[in-house]
Amino acid sequence: MPAAPSWNFIAKAAREMTDRANDINGICLRGKAGWGEGGAFITAMSNSFGARWFDEDWNAQFDTREWSDTLNFFVNMMSDAGPAGYATNGFNENLSLFQQGKCGMWIDATVAASFVTNPKDSTVADKVGFALAPDNGMGVRSNWLWAWALAIPAGTQKEAAAKQFIEWATSNSYIELVAANEGWANVPPGARTSLYENANYKDIPFAKMTLDSILSADPTNSTVDPSPYVGIQFAAIPEFAGIATDVSQEFSAAYAGQQTIAEALAKAQTITNDAMEAAGYR
Amino acid sequence: MTGQLTTRSIARFMMAPAVVFLLGWMLAPLITTLYFSFKKYLPLRGGDLGWVGFENYVKFVTASSFWPSVYTTLIIVVSVLVITVVLGIFLALLLDQPMWGQGIVRILVIAPFFVMPTVSGLVWKNMFMDPINGILAHLWKFFGLQPLEWLVQYSLGSVIMIVSWQWLPFATLILLTAIQSLDREQLEAAEMDGASTIKRFGYIILPHLARAITIIILIQTIFLLSIFAEIFVTTAGAFGTKTLTYLIFQRVLESQNVGLGSAGGVYAIILANIVAIFLMRIVGKSLDAKAS
Repeated sequence: MPAAPSWNFIAKAAREMTDRANDINGICLRGKAGWGEGGAFITAMSNSFGARWFDEDWNAQFDTREWSDTLNFFVNMMSDAGPAGYATNGFNENLSLFQQGKCGMWIDATVAASFVTNPKDSTVADKVGFALAPDNGMGVRSNWLWAWALAIPAGTQKEAAAKQFIEWATSNSYIELVAANEGWANVPPGARTSLYENANYKDIPFAKMTLDSILSADPTNSTVDPSPYVGIQFAAIPEFAGIATDVSQEFSAAYAGQQTIAEALAKAQTITNDAMEAAGYR
Repeated sequence: MTGQLTTRSIARFMMAPAVVFLLGWMLAPLITTLYFSFKKYLPLRGGDLGWVGFENYVKFVTASSFWPSVYTTLIIVVSVLVITVVLGIFLALLLDQPMWGQGIVRILVIAPFFVMPTVSGLVWKNMFMDPINGILAHLWKFFGLQPLEWLVQYSLGSVIMIVSWQWLPFATLILLTAIQSLDREQLEAAEMDGASTIKRFGYIILPHLARAITIIILIQTIFLLSIFAEIFVTTAGAFGTKTLTYLIFQRVLESQNVGLGSAGGVYAIILANIVAIFLMRIVGKSLDAKAS
């Protein structure tokens, strides 16, 4: 596996790794409906195929060849090399499959690295390697950027205490506390740059790849063609969650074979354009 | 005559606190929902944006997902009602028989009702219905068959299965208590007169259960119209399992459009009342007919 593979390489490798008789799937990916589940993955993947959610006038782009290419590539690869019932598999289901050694590859959040290399839960803990999310040579990879964060509401009366808590929870001493209790592999990744300069953390197999992935993600320049939104696997507008969940439900139905990809994309186009018009964007 | 009036007004006076409390309990959410349904309220885009009359109602009902969600809701409710009542009657009849370990068997049969809907949905999805790791998949493979992708190929059926499993104990329990209050002498007399098991069931047992069945239908309808957790954790509303409740959830929490979701809530109230009146008419009629 090259450090920065292409989608064609991944698809080929997945097909070759698949061994249905022995219950081994070449690749496990998210297909579950939900803007943050399967929707997040397919959006990030579409970026690397040159697609985008909206053009600069906020028109939906599901009628473009790039989106059609993305979905067709995904569905073909998953039919040949993916697990049965992938249309309802999200992060948790894929994690479980991977830990049982039923997936050759898995593309998902960097935080999963600590779970799959944990010998207590994972049967393949010592056999996992890491690479960057694939691309198609168009200059944008299919990795995304997301973080669970701590925030202080504007109307709070305990701002000082909240700030103190946040400072502690993201501090080096907290990281060392976790390391002492759970091991260096399980400290929260991506919180501080100093973590990646820490001698204890440098030897963790996924440390450098996580850092590279985080640094290479650019939410302001997430698509090949210019797009009016910030965000890689989402568009940072309030309406996005609702629209994208409806769209991802249509995609999941296509993964399940209940409608064709063309039908799913046509529905996605209508849903999105109607919603954006109702919200006043176009 | 005056004594009677005083008694009645004293009675009303004493009931007043409870009635007022219940009235308030019911009216507060209802009025809030109605209030928001006439407003354009978008928390993420400026909050309260003023009165918009019936715009939310029109938007909600003209959305392409509205009627499918109503049909899905009705299909789920009616299917679960039929399954739980029919199976509940037979299960209750079985449980009524004396057997070894009767107490434990009864507890086990009642147990599914106390599992949280979220947990039940996840257990069914990941431990029973999973096409790779689930028990049903192993069972299918044992017989040399290709495991079914339950939630993907038979999504609505799977959801109905999960919800029926959860509500069957409720129906069984109520029907069991009804059967235990059955007059055995009447049954024995009918047997001695030569009535077959089926005739005894149809003419003596079933009418006796009519009231219990009405209660089950009414209570279950109220809860089944608002099931959410099982759908959310299994299919996330995909594959045609989006009910009216799920649609309202999407409008309020994902689209962050409280006004639109509240209008949907009012539609849900109307639907619930229609279903309740309809069901009460049907079962009420059969009740009166049997009673007379």
